[in-house]
Amino acid sequence: MNQNKQPIQNNYMKTTNHELHAWQLASLVLIAFVWCLLTFGIKINPVFLPSPLAVAGAFKELWQEGVLLPYTLISLYRVLIGFFAAAIIAIPLGIMMATNKKTEGFFAPFIGFVRYLPVSALIPLMILYFGIGDFEKMAVIFVGTFFQLVLMVQDTVGTVPGDLLKAAYTLGADGSAIYTKVLLPASMPGIMDNLRICIGWAWTYLVIAELVAANSGLGFMILRSQRFLQTDRIFAGLIIIGCLGMLTDYLFKTLSKVFFPWYERLGQ
Amino acid sequence: MLSFEGVYKTFASGDKQVEALENINMKIEASEFAVIVGPSGCGKSTLLQIAAGLEHPTAGKAFLNGVEITSPGADRGMVFQAYTLFPWLTVEDNVAFGPRQKKLPEIEVQERVNRYLEVTGLLKFTKLYPKALSGGMKQRVAIARALANDPQVLLMDEPFGALDAQTRVVMQELLLQVWETNHKTVLFITHDIDEAILLADTVHVMSRQPGSIKKTLSIPLERPRDHSLTLSPEFISLKKEIVELIWEESKAAAQEF
Repeated sequence: MNQNKQPIQNNYMKTTNHELHAWQLASLVLIAFVWCLLTFGIKINPVFLPSPLAVAGAFKELWQEGVLLPYTLISLYRVLIGFFAAAIIAIPLGIMMATNKKTEGFFAPFIGFVRYLPVSALIPLMILYFGIGDFEKMAVIFVGTFFQLVLMVQDTVGTVPGDLLKAAYTLGADGSAIYTKVLLPASMPGIMDNLRICIGWAWTYLVIAELVAANSGLGFMILRSQRFLQTDRIFAGLIIIGCLGMLTDYLFKTLSKVFFPWYERLGQ
Repeated sequence: MLSFEGVYKTFASGDKQVEALENINMKIEASEFAVIVGPSGCGKSTLLQIAAGLEHPTAGKAFLNGVEITSPGADRGMVFQAYTLFPWLTVEDNVAFGPRQKKLPEIEVQERVNRYLEVTGLLKFTKLYPKALSGGMKQRVAIARALANDPQVLLMDEPFGALDAQTRVVMQELLLQVWETNHKTVLFITHDIDEAILLADTVHVMSRQPGSIKKTLSIPLERPRDHSLTLSPEFISLKKEIVELIWEESKAAAQEF
Protein backbone atom coordinates (compact mmCIF):
# COMPACT_ATOMS: atom_id res chain seq x y z
CA MET A 1 0.00 0.00 0.00
CA ASN A 2 2.79 2.39 0.90
CA GLN A 3 4.48 1.84 -2.41
CA ASN A 4 1.26 2.54 -4.28
CA LYS A 5 0.78 5.98 -2.89
CA GLN A 6 4.41 6.98 -3.20
CA PRO A 7 4.25 8.62 -6.66
CA ILE A 8 1.33 10.86 -5.69
CA GLN A 9 3.02 11.86 -2.47
CA ASN A 10 6.23 12.70 -4.29
CA ASN A 11 4.43 15.09 -6.57
CA TYR A 12 3.08 16.92 -3.56
CA MET A 13 6.41 16.86 -1.77
CA LYS A 14 8.11 18.65 -4.65
CA THR A 15 5.87 21.67 -4.03
CA THR A 16 7.00 23.58 -0.96
CA ASN A 17 4.58 25.56 1.18
CA HIS A 18 5.97 28.84 -0.16
CA GLU A 19 5.40 27.74 -3.73
CA LEU A 20 1.88 26.64 -2.86
CA HIS A 21 1.03 30.04 -1.35
CA ALA A 22 2.56 31.77 -4.36
CA TRP A 23 0.26 29.83 -6.68
CA GLN A 24 -2.77 30.58 -4.50
CA LEU A 25 -1.92 34.28 -4.57
CA ALA A 26 -1.30 34.17 -8.33
CA SER A 27 -4.80 32.78 -8.93
CA LEU A 28 -6.41 35.59 -6.89
CA VAL A 29 -4.30 38.26 -8.62
CA LEU A 30 -5.26 36.88 -12.03
CA ILE A 31 -8.98 36.95 -11.21
CA ALA A 32 -8.69 40.51 -9.88
CA PHE A 33 -6.73 41.54 -12.96
CA VAL A 34 -9.27 40.10 -15.41
CA TRP A 35 -12.10 41.70 -13.44
CA CYS A 36 -10.42 45.12 -13.54
CA LEU A 37 -9.58 44.72 -17.21
CA LEU A 38 -13.18 43.88 -18.16
CA THR A 39 -14.72 46.69 -16.09
CA PHE A 40 -12.20 49.57 -16.07
CA GLY A 41 -10.49 48.69 -19.36
CA ILE A 42 -13.08 47.34 -21.77
CA LYS A 43 -15.87 49.04 -19.80
CA ILE A 44 -18.29 46.18 -20.10
CA ASN A 45 -21.93 47.06 -19.32
CA PRO A 46 -22.12 47.23 -15.46
CA VAL A 47 -25.52 45.51 -15.55
CA PHE A 48 -23.64 42.37 -16.57
CA LEU A 49 -20.42 42.89 -14.65
CA PRO A 50 -20.08 45.73 -12.12
CA SER A 51 -16.61 47.02 -11.31
CA PRO A 52 -14.84 46.15 -8.06
CA LEU A 53 -15.51 49.70 -6.88
CA ALA A 54 -19.25 49.34 -7.55
CA VAL A 55 -19.35 46.10 -5.61
CA ALA A 56 -17.46 47.71 -2.73
CA GLY A 57 -20.05 50.49 -2.89
CA ALA A 58 -22.84 47.91 -2.74
CA PHE A 59 -21.28 46.40 0.38
CA LYS A 60 -21.24 49.85 1.97
CA GLU A 61 -24.87 50.56 1.07
CA LEU A 62 -26.05 47.18 2.32
CA TRP A 63 -24.20 47.81 5.56
CA GLN A 64 -25.73 51.26 5.95
CA GLU A 65 -29.22 49.94 5.21
CA GLY A 66 -28.63 47.50 8.08
CA VAL A 67 -29.28 44.35 6.07
CA LEU A 68 -25.79 43.01 5.37
CA LEU A 69 -25.08 41.50 8.78
CA PRO A 70 -28.66 40.40 9.67
CA TYR A 71 -29.17 38.70 6.28
CA THR A 72 -25.82 36.93 6.53
CA LEU A 73 -26.55 35.81 10.07
CA ILE A 74 -30.05 34.58 9.30
CA SER A 75 -28.72 32.55 6.35
CA LEU A 76 -25.90 31.16 8.47
CA TYR A 77 -28.38 30.28 11.22
CA ARG A 78 -30.62 28.37 8.81
CA VAL A 79 -27.72 26.45 7.31
CA LEU A 80 -26.21 25.53 10.64
CA ILE A 81 -29.41 24.35 12.32
CA GLY A 82 -30.68 22.46 9.24
CA PHE A 83 -27.32 20.85 8.67
CA PHE A 84 -26.75 20.06 12.34
CA ALA A 85 -30.14 18.32 12.53
CA ALA A 86 -29.29 16.26 9.45
CA ALA A 87 -25.85 15.32 10.77
CA ILE A 88 -27.00 14.34 14.24
CA ILE A 89 -29.40 11.76 12.81
CA ALA A 90 -27.45 10.76 9.69
CA ILE A 91 -24.22 9.81 11.48
CA PRO A 92 -25.66 7.16 13.85
CA LEU A 93 -28.00 5.90 11.14
CA GLY A 94 -25.14 5.62 8.64
CA ILE A 95 -23.08 3.70 11.19
CA MET A 96 -25.97 1.35 11.90
CA MET A 97 -26.60 0.78 8.20
CA ALA A 98 -22.94 -0.04 7.63
CA THR A 99 -22.84 -2.60 10.42
CA ASN A 100 -26.32 -4.10 10.51
CA LYS A 101 -27.84 -5.75 7.45
CA LYS A 102 -31.40 -5.47 8.78
CA THR A 103 -31.11 -1.74 9.36
CA GLU A 104 -29.66 -1.36 5.89
CA GLY A 105 -32.45 -3.45 4.39
CA PHE A 106 -35.07 -1.34 6.15
CA PHE A 107 -33.75 2.13 5.27
CA ALA A 108 -31.81 1.70 2.04
CA PRO A 109 -34.74 1.56 -0.43
CA PHE A 110 -36.39 4.75 0.90
CA ILE A 111 -33.12 6.65 1.12
CA GLY A 112 -32.10 5.50 -2.34
CA PHE A 113 -35.40 6.83 -3.67
CA VAL A 114 -35.47 10.21 -1.95
CA ARG A 115 -31.80 10.85 -2.68
CA TYR A 116 -32.54 11.18 -6.37
CA LEU A 117 -35.38 13.65 -5.95
CA PRO A 118 -34.05 17.12 -6.81
CA VAL A 119 -34.33 19.33 -3.74
CA SER A 120 -35.69 22.18 -5.84
CA ALA A 121 -38.63 19.95 -6.78
CA LEU A 122 -39.43 19.43 -3.11
CA ILE A 123 -39.46 23.14 -2.23
CA PRO A 124 -43.11 23.67 -3.25
CA LEU A 125 -44.06 20.82 -0.96
CA MET A 126 -41.99 22.25 1.87
CA ILE A 127 -43.66 25.64 1.47
CA LEU A 128 -47.05 23.94 1.54
CA TYR A 129 -46.16 22.09 4.75
CA PHE A 130 -44.09 24.65 6.63
CA GLY A 131 -44.72 28.09 5.09
CA ILE A 132 -41.85 30.35 4.07
CA GLY A 133 -40.19 30.91 7.45
CA ASP A 134 -36.93 29.68 8.93
CA PHE A 135 -38.29 26.22 9.55
CA GLU A 136 -39.06 25.63 5.89
CA LYS A 137 -35.49 26.67 4.94
CA MET A 138 -34.06 24.30 7.52
CA ALA A 139 -36.32 21.52 6.28
CA VAL A 140 -35.06 22.06 2.72
CA ILE A 141 -31.46 21.87 3.91
CA PHE A 142 -32.25 18.82 6.00
CA VAL A 143 -33.84 16.97 3.10
CA GLY A 144 -31.06 18.05 0.76
CA THR A 145 -28.19 16.84 2.94
CA PHE A 146 -29.57 14.12 5.21
CA PHE A 147 -30.01 11.36 2.64
CA GLN A 148 -26.66 12.01 0.99
CA LEU A 149 -24.92 12.13 4.34
CA VAL A 150 -26.37 8.82 5.54
CA LEU A 151 -25.00 7.04 2.49
CA MET A 152 -21.62 8.77 2.75
CA VAL A 153 -21.27 7.84 6.41
CA GLN A 154 -22.33 4.28 5.63
CA ASP A 155 -19.63 4.12 2.97
CA THR A 156 -16.98 5.60 5.26
CA VAL A 157 -17.73 3.17 8.09
CA GLY A 158 -17.74 0.33 5.56
CA THR A 159 -14.10 1.01 4.69
CA VAL A 160 -12.82 0.42 8.24
CA PRO A 161 -10.45 -2.55 7.74
CA GLY A 162 -11.92 -5.84 8.92
CA ASP A 163 -8.57 -6.77 10.46
CA LEU A 164 -8.88 -3.87 12.92
CA LEU A 165 -12.19 -5.29 14.11
CA LYS A 166 -10.75 -8.80 14.34
CA ALA A 167 -7.81 -7.47 16.36
CA ALA A 168 -10.24 -5.71 18.70
CA TYR A 169 -12.27 -8.89 19.16
CA THR A 170 -9.17 -10.90 20.06
CA LEU A 171 -8.29 -8.20 22.59
CA GLY A 172 -11.59 -8.77 24.35
CA ALA A 173 -13.71 -5.96 22.87
CA ASP A 174 -17.39 -6.88 22.59
CA GLY A 175 -20.52 -5.43 20.98
CA SER A 176 -20.70 -1.85 22.25
CA ALA A 177 -16.92 -1.44 22.60
CA ILE A 178 -16.52 -2.40 18.95
CA TYR A 179 -18.68 0.63 18.08
CA THR A 180 -17.35 3.16 20.55
CA LYS A 181 -13.70 2.10 20.73
CA VAL A 182 -13.05 0.99 17.16
CA LEU A 183 -15.64 1.79 14.46
CA LEU A 184 -16.33 5.34 15.59
CA PRO A 185 -12.75 6.52 16.11
CA ALA A 186 -11.60 4.73 12.95
CA SER A 187 -14.23 6.45 10.80
CA MET A 188 -14.27 9.92 12.45
CA PRO A 189 -11.79 11.56 10.03
CA GLY A 190 -13.76 10.23 7.08
CA ILE A 191 -17.04 11.40 8.61
CA MET A 192 -15.53 14.87 9.11
CA ASP A 193 -14.73 14.90 5.40
CA ASN A 194 -18.30 13.80 4.62
CA LEU A 195 -19.62 16.69 6.73
CA ARG A 196 -17.29 19.16 5.04
CA ILE A 197 -18.52 18.16 1.60
CA CYS A 198 -22.18 18.08 2.63
CA ILE A 199 -22.21 21.51 4.25
CA GLY A 200 -21.23 22.92 0.86
CA TRP A 201 -24.43 21.48 -0.58
CA ALA A 202 -26.35 22.87 2.40
CA TRP A 203 -25.37 26.39 1.28
CA THR A 204 -26.55 25.67 -2.25
CA TYR A 205 -29.92 24.42 -1.07
CA LEU A 206 -30.36 27.34 1.30
CA VAL A 207 -29.86 29.88 -1.46
CA ILE A 208 -32.26 27.98 -3.71
CA ALA A 209 -34.86 27.96 -0.93
CA GLU A 210 -34.35 31.68 -0.29
CA LEU A 211 -34.60 32.44 -3.99
CA VAL A 212 -37.96 30.71 -4.30
CA ALA A 213 -39.70 32.26 -1.33
CA ALA A 214 -38.29 34.26 1.54
CA ASN A 215 -38.36 37.67 3.14
CA SER A 216 -34.82 37.68 4.48
CA GLY A 217 -31.44 36.10 3.88
CA LEU A 218 -28.70 36.29 1.25
CA GLY A 219 -30.68 34.42 -1.43
CA PHE A 220 -33.59 36.79 -0.91
CA MET A 221 -31.25 39.76 -1.24
CA ILE A 222 -29.81 38.39 -4.49
CA LEU A 223 -33.25 37.85 -5.98
CA ARG A 224 -34.49 41.32 -5.00
CA SER A 225 -31.33 42.91 -6.41
CA GLN A 226 -31.93 41.12 -9.71
CA ARG A 227 -35.42 42.63 -9.94
CA PHE A 228 -33.91 46.12 -9.67
CA LEU A 229 -30.93 45.26 -11.92
CA GLN A 230 -28.60 45.97 -9.00
CA THR A 231 -25.92 43.61 -10.27
CA ASP A 232 -23.35 45.04 -7.85
CA ARG A 233 -25.51 43.82 -4.96
CA ILE A 234 -25.82 40.37 -6.52
CA PHE A 235 -22.05 40.17 -6.64
CA ALA A 236 -21.81 41.32 -3.03
CA GLY A 237 -24.16 38.47 -2.04
CA LEU A 238 -22.20 35.93 -4.08
CA ILE A 239 -18.91 37.05 -2.54
CA ILE A 240 -20.31 36.65 0.97
CA ILE A 241 -21.60 33.14 0.21
CA GLY A 242 -18.31 32.15 -1.39
CA CYS A 243 -16.26 33.48 1.52
CA LEU A 244 -18.47 31.77 4.09
CA GLY A 245 -18.07 28.52 2.15
CA MET A 246 -14.30 28.85 2.04
CA LEU A 247 -14.23 29.68 5.74
CA THR A 248 -16.33 26.63 6.64
CA ASP A 249 -14.09 24.44 4.55
CA TYR A 250 -10.99 25.83 6.22
CA LEU A 251 -12.58 25.38 9.63
CA PHE A 252 -13.39 21.72 8.97
CA LYS A 253 -9.91 21.01 7.65
CA THR A 254 -8.29 22.69 10.64
CA LEU A 255 -10.52 20.85 13.10
CA SER A 256 -9.61 17.59 11.36
CA LYS A 257 -5.93 18.28 11.81
CA VAL A 258 -6.41 19.22 15.47
CA PHE A 259 -8.67 16.31 16.38
CA PHE A 260 -7.07 13.59 14.27
CA PRO A 261 -3.31 14.12 14.35
CA TRP A 262 -2.90 10.38 13.83
CA TYR A 263 -4.67 10.36 10.47
CA GLU A 264 -2.60 9.57 7.38
CA ARG A 265 -3.73 11.55 4.37
CA LEU A 266 -2.40 11.26 0.87
CA GLY A 267 0.13 13.93 0.14
CA GLN A 268 1.02 14.86 3.71
CA MET B 1 -3.86 -26.76 26.14
CA LEU B 2 -5.15 -25.93 22.68
CA SER B 3 -6.59 -28.78 20.62
CA PHE B 4 -8.36 -29.43 17.34
CA GLU B 5 -10.56 -32.51 16.97
CA GLY B 6 -11.64 -33.60 13.52
CA VAL B 7 -11.81 -30.03 12.20
CA TYR B 8 -13.11 -29.56 8.66
CA LYS B 9 -13.70 -26.24 6.95
CA THR B 10 -15.50 -25.73 3.66
CA PHE B 11 -16.02 -22.37 2.00
CA ALA B 12 -18.69 -21.63 -0.55
CA SER B 13 -17.15 -19.98 -3.59
CA GLY B 14 -19.91 -19.14 -6.03
CA ASP B 15 -21.84 -22.38 -6.37
CA LYS B 16 -18.69 -24.44 -5.72
CA GLN B 17 -17.64 -25.79 -2.37
CA VAL B 18 -13.97 -25.31 -1.61
CA GLU B 19 -12.52 -27.55 1.06
CA ALA B 20 -9.95 -25.58 3.03
CA LEU B 21 -9.27 -27.94 5.92
CA GLU B 22 -9.66 -31.69 6.17
CA ASN B 23 -9.73 -33.63 9.40
CA ILE B 24 -7.30 -31.61 11.49
CA ASN B 25 -6.36 -33.31 14.74
CA MET B 26 -3.77 -31.51 16.77
CA LYS B 27 -2.77 -30.85 20.37
CA ILE B 28 -0.65 -27.97 21.58
CA GLU B 29 0.46 -28.37 25.17
CA ALA B 30 0.69 -25.51 27.63
CA SER B 31 3.96 -23.57 27.20
CA GLU B 32 4.59 -25.23 23.86
CA PHE B 33 5.76 -23.18 20.90
CA ALA B 34 4.00 -24.83 17.96
CA VAL B 35 4.56 -23.74 14.37
CA ILE B 36 2.49 -24.67 11.35
CA VAL B 37 4.26 -24.54 7.98
CA GLY B 38 2.63 -25.27 4.68
CA PRO B 39 2.46 -24.21 1.07
CA SER B 40 0.48 -21.06 0.35
CA GLY B 41 -3.24 -21.57 0.17
CA CYS B 42 -3.18 -24.68 2.38
CA GLY B 43 -5.63 -23.26 4.88
CA LYS B 44 -3.17 -22.63 7.71
CA SER B 45 -4.53 -19.13 8.34
CA THR B 46 -8.05 -20.54 8.43
CA LEU B 47 -6.97 -22.96 11.14
CA LEU B 48 -5.60 -20.08 13.20
CA GLN B 49 -8.79 -18.07 12.71
CA ILE B 50 -10.74 -21.06 14.03
CA ALA B 51 -8.52 -21.13 17.12
CA ALA B 52 -9.17 -17.40 17.52
CA GLY B 53 -12.91 -17.96 17.21
CA LEU B 54 -13.07 -15.65 14.18
CA GLU B 55 -14.09 -18.58 11.94
CA HIS B 56 -16.22 -21.59 12.76
CA PRO B 57 -15.35 -25.12 11.66
CA THR B 58 -17.79 -26.80 9.26
CA ALA B 59 -17.34 -29.98 11.26
CA GLY B 60 -15.27 -30.86 14.32
CA LYS B 61 -14.31 -28.67 17.22
CA ALA B 62 -11.47 -26.62 18.65
CA PHE B 63 -10.89 -26.53 22.39
CA LEU B 64 -8.93 -24.38 24.81
CA ASN B 65 -8.35 -26.23 28.08
CA GLY B 66 -11.26 -28.53 27.30
CA VAL B 67 -13.70 -25.69 26.62
CA GLU B 68 -15.04 -25.45 23.07
CA ILE B 69 -14.00 -22.31 21.18
CA THR B 70 -17.06 -20.60 19.73
CA SER B 71 -16.17 -16.90 19.65
CA PRO B 72 -13.15 -14.61 19.93
CA GLY B 73 -11.95 -13.83 23.42
CA ALA B 74 -9.19 -12.16 25.37
CA ASP B 75 -7.79 -15.57 26.40
CA ARG B 76 -6.49 -16.02 22.83
CA GLY B 77 -4.34 -13.07 21.76
CA MET B 78 -3.56 -12.66 18.10
CA VAL B 79 -0.89 -10.98 16.00
CA PHE B 80 -1.80 -10.52 12.34
CA GLN B 81 0.34 -10.28 9.24
CA ALA B 82 -1.39 -7.05 8.22
CA TYR B 83 -0.73 -4.06 10.45
CA THR B 84 -3.66 -3.89 12.82
CA LEU B 85 -2.60 -1.27 15.32
CA PHE B 86 -5.35 1.23 16.07
CA PRO B 87 -4.02 4.28 14.22
CA TRP B 88 -5.83 6.75 16.51
CA LEU B 89 -4.11 5.40 19.62
CA THR B 90 -0.51 6.05 20.62
CA VAL B 91 1.83 3.12 21.11
CA GLU B 92 1.12 2.95 24.84
CA ASP B 93 -2.64 3.26 24.39
CA ASN B 94 -2.59 0.48 21.81
CA VAL B 95 -0.84 -1.77 24.30
CA ALA B 96 -3.27 -0.68 27.03
CA PHE B 97 -6.32 -1.49 24.90
CA GLY B 98 -6.82 -5.07 26.12
CA PRO B 99 -6.18 -4.41 29.82
CA ARG B 100 -8.56 -1.43 29.69
CA GLN B 101 -11.24 -3.60 28.09
CA LYS B 102 -10.84 -5.89 31.09
CA LYS B 103 -11.36 -2.80 33.29
CA LEU B 104 -8.17 -3.43 35.21
CA PRO B 105 -7.17 -0.66 37.64
CA GLU B 106 -5.22 2.02 35.77
CA ILE B 107 -2.12 1.39 37.92
CA GLU B 108 -2.01 -2.21 36.76
CA VAL B 109 -2.68 -1.17 33.16
CA GLN B 110 0.32 1.17 33.27
CA GLU B 111 2.43 -1.49 34.92
CA ARG B 112 1.64 -3.99 32.17
CA VAL B 113 2.11 -1.44 29.40
CA ASN B 114 5.54 -0.53 30.74
CA ARG B 115 6.55 -4.14 31.22
CA TYR B 116 5.71 -5.18 27.67
CA LEU B 117 7.00 -2.03 26.03
CA GLU B 118 10.26 -2.67 27.81
CA VAL B 119 10.38 -6.32 26.76
CA THR B 120 9.80 -5.33 23.13
CA GLY B 121 12.26 -2.41 23.26
CA LEU B 122 9.64 0.29 22.69
CA LEU B 123 9.97 2.48 25.79
CA LYS B 124 11.29 5.41 23.74
CA PHE B 125 8.27 5.36 21.43
CA THR B 126 5.36 5.30 23.86
CA LYS B 127 3.79 8.57 22.72
CA LEU B 128 4.05 8.04 18.97
CA TYR B 129 1.15 7.22 16.68
CA PRO B 130 1.47 4.09 14.51
CA LYS B 131 1.88 6.19 11.35
CA ALA B 132 5.33 7.24 12.62
CA LEU B 133 6.51 3.64 13.05
CA SER B 134 8.28 1.30 10.62
CA GLY B 135 6.78 -2.10 9.79
CA GLY B 136 9.00 -3.91 12.27
CA MET B 137 8.14 -1.44 15.04
CA LYS B 138 4.43 -1.83 14.32
CA GLN B 139 4.72 -5.58 14.75
CA ARG B 140 6.63 -5.10 18.02
CA VAL B 141 3.74 -3.03 19.30
CA ALA B 142 1.27 -5.66 18.05
CA ILE B 143 3.16 -8.34 20.01
CA ALA B 144 3.31 -6.15 23.12
CA ARG B 145 -0.40 -5.42 22.74
CA ALA B 146 -1.30 -9.11 22.54
CA LEU B 147 0.94 -10.03 25.48
CA ALA B 148 -0.25 -7.18 27.71
CA ASN B 149 -3.65 -8.86 27.73
CA ASP B 150 -1.99 -11.91 29.31
CA PRO B 151 -3.68 -14.42 27.00
CA GLN B 152 -3.44 -18.17 27.59
CA VAL B 153 -2.47 -18.70 23.98
CA LEU B 154 -0.72 -16.41 21.54
CA LEU B 155 -1.85 -16.92 17.94
CA MET B 156 0.52 -15.51 15.33
CA ASP B 157 -0.49 -15.40 11.67
CA GLU B 158 2.71 -14.86 9.66
CA PRO B 159 3.47 -11.82 11.80
CA PHE B 160 6.82 -11.15 10.13
CA GLY B 161 5.67 -12.00 6.60
CA ALA B 162 5.52 -8.38 5.47
CA LEU B 163 8.93 -7.43 6.85
CA ASP B 164 12.25 -7.31 5.01
CA ALA B 165 14.72 -10.16 5.61
CA GLN B 166 16.96 -8.28 8.05
CA THR B 167 14.12 -6.95 10.16
CA ARG B 168 12.57 -10.41 10.18
CA VAL B 169 15.73 -11.89 11.74
CA VAL B 170 15.73 -9.19 14.41
CA MET B 171 12.06 -9.85 15.16
CA GLN B 172 12.55 -13.61 15.36
CA GLU B 173 15.29 -13.17 17.94
CA LEU B 174 13.16 -10.68 19.83
CA LEU B 175 10.28 -13.15 19.89
CA LEU B 176 12.62 -15.87 21.17
CA GLN B 177 13.82 -13.60 23.97
CA VAL B 178 10.29 -12.63 24.92
CA TRP B 179 9.21 -16.25 24.89
CA GLU B 180 12.09 -17.23 27.20
CA THR B 181 10.70 -14.80 29.79
CA ASN B 182 7.13 -16.14 29.84
CA HIS B 183 6.90 -19.48 27.98
CA LYS B 184 3.45 -18.69 26.63
CA THR B 185 1.63 -21.29 24.59
CA VAL B 186 2.14 -20.14 21.01
CA LEU B 187 0.59 -21.24 17.74
CA PHE B 188 2.60 -19.59 14.97
CA ILE B 189 1.95 -19.76 11.25
CA THR B 190 4.56 -19.26 8.57
CA HIS B 191 5.69 -20.44 5.18
CA ASP B 192 9.32 -19.67 6.09
CA ILE B 193 10.96 -22.98 7.06
CA ASP B 194 13.98 -21.40 8.77
CA GLU B 195 11.63 -19.35 10.88
CA ALA B 196 9.62 -22.44 11.79
CA ILE B 197 12.63 -24.46 12.97
CA LEU B 198 14.27 -21.57 14.76
CA LEU B 199 11.19 -20.80 16.84
CA ALA B 200 9.41 -24.10 17.34
CA ASP B 201 9.24 -26.88 19.86
CA THR B 202 7.02 -28.66 17.38
CA VAL B 203 6.59 -28.11 13.66
CA HIS B 204 3.38 -29.25 12.00
CA VAL B 205 3.76 -29.56 8.24
CA MET B 206 0.51 -29.08 6.37
CA SER B 207 -0.43 -30.61 3.06
CA ARG B 208 -1.73 -28.67 0.09
CA GLN B 209 -5.41 -27.82 -0.16
CA PRO B 210 -7.50 -29.21 1.42
CA GLY B 211 -5.08 -28.71 4.28
CA SER B 212 -4.39 -31.54 6.66
CA ILE B 213 -1.49 -32.22 8.97
CA LYS B 214 1.00 -34.17 6.87
CA LYS B 215 3.66 -34.63 9.51
CA THR B 216 4.51 -33.43 13.00
CA LEU B 217 8.16 -33.07 13.94
CA SER B 218 9.56 -32.11 17.28
CA ILE B 219 12.52 -29.77 17.19
CA PRO B 220 15.01 -30.94 19.80
CA LEU B 221 17.35 -27.95 19.42
CA GLU B 222 18.57 -26.52 22.69
CA ARG B 223 17.22 -23.23 24.00
CA PRO B 224 17.84 -20.33 24.33
CA ARG B 225 18.33 -20.08 20.58
CA ASP B 226 19.53 -17.38 18.25
CA HIS B 227 20.26 -17.04 14.58
CA SER B 228 23.69 -18.67 14.66
CA LEU B 229 21.75 -21.91 15.04
CA THR B 230 20.56 -21.79 11.44
CA LEU B 231 24.03 -22.86 10.25
CA SER B 232 24.36 -25.88 12.56
CA PRO B 233 24.21 -29.41 11.04
CA GLU B 234 21.19 -30.39 13.16
CA PHE B 235 19.28 -27.38 11.91
CA ILE B 236 20.17 -28.10 8.31
CA SER B 237 19.14 -31.74 8.49
CA LEU B 238 15.77 -30.73 9.99
CA LYS B 239 15.41 -28.15 7.28
CA LYS B 240 16.10 -30.74 4.58
CA GLU B 241 13.37 -32.96 5.90
CA ILE B 242 10.79 -30.20 6.02
CA VAL B 243 11.80 -28.70 2.68
CA GLU B 244 11.26 -32.07 1.00
CA LEU B 245 7.84 -32.47 2.60
CA ILE B 246 6.78 -29.02 1.45
CA TRP B 247 8.24 -29.34 -2.03
CA GLU B 248 6.26 -32.48 -2.64
CA GLU B 249 3.13 -30.55 -1.77
CA SER B 250 3.97 -27.42 -3.72
CA LYS B 251 4.87 -29.37 -6.84
CA ALA B 252 1.76 -31.53 -6.63
CA ALA B 253 -0.33 -28.41 -6.11
CA ALA B 254 1.28 -26.74 -9.14
CA GLN B 255 0.55 -29.75 -11.33
CA GLU B 256 -3.11 -29.77 -10.33
CA PHE B 257 -3.68 -26.37 -11.89
